[in-house]
Formats: sequence, C-alpha cells, structure tokens
Amino acid sequence: MARIELEKIVKNYGKVGVVHGIDLTIDDGEFVVLVGPSGCGKSTTLRMIAGLEEISGGTLRIGGHVVNDLEPKQRNIAMVFQNYAIYPHLTVAQNIGFGLYTAKMSKAEKQARIMETARVLGLEPYLERRPAALSGGQRQRVAIGRAMVRDPVAFLFDEPLSNLDARLRGQMRLEIKQLHQRLGRTVVFVTHDQVEAMSLADRIVVMRDGHILQVGAPMELYNNPADMFTARFIGTPEMNLIDATVAGGGLDFGANKDAVAVPASLKLPHAIAASQKVAIGIRPQELQIVDGEAPVGAMLLTGKVRVSEPQGSETYVMLDLADGQAIARAPSSISFTPGQTVRFTAPVDTLRIYDTCSGRLIK
Amino acid sequence: MNGTAQAAPPSPRRPFAARPGRIVAWTILFLGGVVMMTPLLFMFSTSLKTASDVYDLRLIPQTPTLANYIQVLADGRFARWFFNSIFVATVVTLSCLFFDSLVAYTLAKFQFRGRQVVFIAILSTLMIPTEMLVIPWYLMSSQFGWLDTYWGIMFPGLITAFGVFLLKQFFETVPNDFLEAARIDGLNEFTIWWKVALPLVTPALSALAIFTFLGNWTAFFWPLIVTTDQTLYTLPVGLSSFAVEQSIQWEMIMTGAALATVPTLLIFLFFQRYIVRGVMLAGVKG
Repeated sequence: MARIELEKIVKNYGKVGVVHGIDLTIDDGEFVVLVGPSGCGKSTTLRMIAGLEEISGGTLRIGGHVVNDLEPKQRNIAMVFQNYAIYPHLTVAQNIGFGLYTAKMSKAEKQARIMETARVLGLEPYLERRPAALSGGQRQRVAIGRAMVRDPVAFLFDEPLSNLDARLRGQMRLEIKQLHQRLGRTVVFVTHDQVEAMSLADRIVVMRDGHILQVGAPMELYNNPADMFTARFIGTPEMNLIDATVAGGGLDFGANKDAVAVPASLKLPHAIAASQKVAIGIRPQELQIVDGEAPVGAMLLTGKVRVSEPQGSETYVMLDLADGQAIARAPSSISFTPGQTVRFTAPVDTLRIYDTCSGRLIK
Repeated sequence: MNGTAQAAPPSPRRPFAARPGRIVAWTILFLGGVVMMTPLLFMFSTSLKTASDVYDLRLIPQTPTLANYIQVLADGRFARWFFNSIFVATVVTLSCLFFDSLVAYTLAKFQFRGRQVVFIAILSTLMIPTEMLVIPWYLMSSQFGWLDTYWGIMFPGLITAFGVFLLKQFFETVPNDFLEAARIDGLNEFTIWWKVALPLVTPALSALAIFTFLGNWTAFFWPLIVTTDQTLYTLPVGLSSFAVEQSIQWEMIMTGAALATVPTLLIFLFFQRYIVRGVMLAGVKG
C-alpha cells in the first residue's frame, strides 16, 4: 500500500516560502501529475516526498506512516531525474543494478532482477554498453530500470522527458503509461508540459506560486477550469478570455462591444456585482464559424483574420478584435485570407465567467 | 594549361608553408626545444663518460662506458634512495588524492555554515611560500621527534590546498542528480563519494596524481632539511651528496640523475594523455 498523503506541507528556504501548506492525497496505484510553470513549487514538493528536501512544516505520510524524518531510502520510493542520473562510468547492467546496491539479496538474485528489468524495458541487447553509447530514449529507460529494479512502492518522476526530442517524448510517454498500467504502482510525475499532464495523469494537480489551484481528472480540468490560470494553462491552443464589465444586469465589452455579443439569455449569477470586472472564457474548439445568418440566442464573435494555421485536420484562426485577440477552430476545408472579417458563434451554456480580480470561476 | 594562374585552394596540410608567422613560430619552438633538450642530452652524455672525460664537452663521448651505471646501481645507497623516493612520492600522492578529494567534495557539495570561510582559509595557504614554512615545519618535526623519519619527510604534503582547489572545481560540475539518485538508492554519504562522485572526476584525479607524484619525486629542499640519516635520503638529496662527499663527481651525479628520470619518463609515456589534459584543466579550471 502506498497511499501518499500531504497534509499542510510547507517548504521555506530561510524566510522565503516556496510551498505554502498544500494538502493532497494520492491513492495507491494512482498516476498523479503535478503541473505548473517554473518556480511553482512542483519539483520541491516532489523532492520533499522523495526525502531530498527537508519538510519545513506539515505531515507527509506514505502507506499510512509519517515519513517526515525518514531518509530517502527508508521511504522505499524510487525517483527518475530529468537528466537521467545514470552513471557514465558504469554499464547498463551496473546502472540498473545500482538500485540494488544496498539490497540484502544474493548475487544470483540481483542478477535475475536486473535481467528481468532489462527484459521488460527492452534493454537486454545493451546490458554491457555504457550510457555514452545509448540513445536518449535508451538512457531514459535505463534510468527507469534502475528505479524499477528495487520494486519500490512509488515512483517519482521529475520532468523525465524534457531532454528528449518531440517524437521520442511522445513514445516515452506511451511507455511510461504502459509501465504504470502493468506495474500498478503509485506514480507522482512532475512536468511543466500540460500535454504530458493531460495524456498521462489519472489526476492532474495544477500548482502556482506554491499553492495548489485545482486537482482533478484531465477532462474535468479541461472542461471546468476553476480559475483563469488553469483555464489558460490546460489545453492547446489556450482558452480565449475576453474582458468585460458587469453593467445593468448584462455584460459590457467596452472597446469590443462590436466584436463580442452575448444574448440576454445569458443569466448572470446573483453574486455578481454591478461594475465588477469579469472575463468570458471560451475554448477555440467551442467556436463555430458562422456562414450567413447568425444563430439566435448564442454568443457571437466577430474579428479580422490576422493569421491562420492549418493543422491538416482543422485550422486555427487567430483573430484581431478591437481590443486583444482570440483563437478559433475552423474546418480545414475553409481557407482564410489575412484581414478578412469572420464571425464565430458558441452556445451560451459553454461560456465560463471568471472574476478578473480573483481569477476564480463565477459560473 | 590555358595560362591563367589558378589560386591554389588553401590547404591546412602544408606545415612548411613559408608564411612569416609560421617561420617565427617554428623558430621559437625550435629554440625552446634546444634549450629544454640540451641539458638532458648532456646529462645522458656525461653519464656515459669516464671521470677524466667529464670536462671534455663533446656531446658524444669519445670512449662511452656503462661503468658509471654499474657503479651506481651496485652501490646499495642508490637503490635505497630510489626506494625512498618511490615510497614517499607514492604515499604522499595517495594521501593527497584521498584527503584532498574528501575535503573538495565536502566543500563543493554540502551546504553548511562557514563553508566559504573554510575554503578561503584553505586557499589562502597557497599564498605562503614554502621557504616561510620550512622553519615552523622543522621546529614542529624536531619537537615531535619526526626528524629522520619517513613521516617527517611526508607530512607537509599529505593534504594540499592546490589539490583541494582543483578537485573542488571539478566536483562542482558533477550534477547533483547523480548524488541524489544514489541517496535514494540508499547509499551512505561516504559510499556516494567513493562510488559515484570520485569516478566522475577521474581526469582531475589523474592530473592531481601526476602533479603530486612528480612534485614529490623531484622534491629537494624539505627532504634535505629534515633528514640527516643517509638511509632516509630521497633520490635528489642523495644525488646532491655526491657533490659534497668527495669533490664533485659529475659523472656519478649525472648517472644518478639519468636513472632518476626513468620513472618520470615512464609516467609521461603512459599518462601523456592525462598530463596534457591535466595541464589544460588546471589552466582552465584552476
């Protein structure tokens, strides 16, 4: 059992707080991804779980036991590092075997473990090679092998794919996911790449400035981001956020009043105050191009094409509004010329309203 | 063929191209080579001469003889000094590698209060010339009874500030991930240093080993002062005694010196790669 529980975990470096009392429970066998921009405290959190950083406050439990003061080794977790951390002076077999350095087992037993790990990871032909003679993907596999060989209760990954090229990253992502399904161990994975987070996680933890902003399944975060930061962070291209002011029970789009129109049927929550600044969130995928009559009772977005990016299956259109920009998705069958005026529409119920001040979702 | 001059493509493979820059460079290198080689050649030449021919400055001896070598090697003292030098240089080198790298690793990879102060204190000892230290060393040795002991010859060199400085720069380039990965695998700090950190700085270790060994092999001043017992002389001290005992036996001194260069030459032949790299490293890093 390797449930990992973080309770009011705090990390300070001197007087500077890096992680501000986060609460998180990671279930046994769960794949959790910590995601956020650089300096959000995700790596520090991971390193505290690993035991590489002292915990300044709060309680950390692994498998029900408080491990705050335990050495990394006693926590029985394994970690894969960004630069692999496989030793250049050792062969692949020795590197994998390094994980068993302190294990109390016979040589034959260790050898069997190493062979089994190498087999699972497809590293058998390279056992006698040194890391310098391996490709990036193979090195990453060796690093994973060294973590696996010990049969730890949980795996921690610290941005393990960021040194790989795009194609290899996709492939390794797949392999890590399969490995997780096969081993069924708890995984905590840190990345700043939201695509990685979306494709790997059972649950995503979005962090910023040492706080957890939102925890949820990938699709939940994608569909219902709880704040403007998550809304922008999750999903590519990012969500459109159009500023508005509450006025007379409706929304005033200011300079964009000719570009954006929401119908009167959009019901604003009662909590919303007059002249409050808000932002309307709409995903590019939710916008439909309007050809002819605009549908009644839907949001309407009008803008000039700045640039269009055909993706093959679809085309993303960057629109200049009177104030700011927006991105919309259009079928690839339509071609756009820069400067052309186009209209997009979206059903009212897909609109999200955020409080610009706090960044929180209102509706 | 049609008579027009064709510009020859610039070729890097023309070492004797008569460009003025080249000529100057080669001349300087040649003169440098002559300056370095002449004493060495004279040493070998003199070692092959008889005592009466020593002042005949011909490079090739008129009647070359190996008698000097036979005499020196047959003299038990020479073998003893040779052994002393090997022993002292080896022990000091091993000690330097061990202790310097421990100190350097600690200073490079552990965060603790006063780390910078300790480092600067160690570094500042590099500024004090040996000549100033010799008297305190001597007084210390005499009070502790270390005069005329191997320990007395070796103790000043067992840890060196230079080695700490050189290795610290290298340990700093070792990614922390390597050490943390080992920590997670359950290795203790000493084993991490031994099994992970040390192998990653082998080039610097080799450089330090070579410098230390050669430095101690040729060390003269301190061993001369701390030893009066002939059986404890190191080779350079022993060779110099040829000069005081019965006038100056140049042919003997040169024979001994020629024999003394053998280990140096061997080291250079086998470790040439590391020496060149070591000098470069020391230049870049140190």
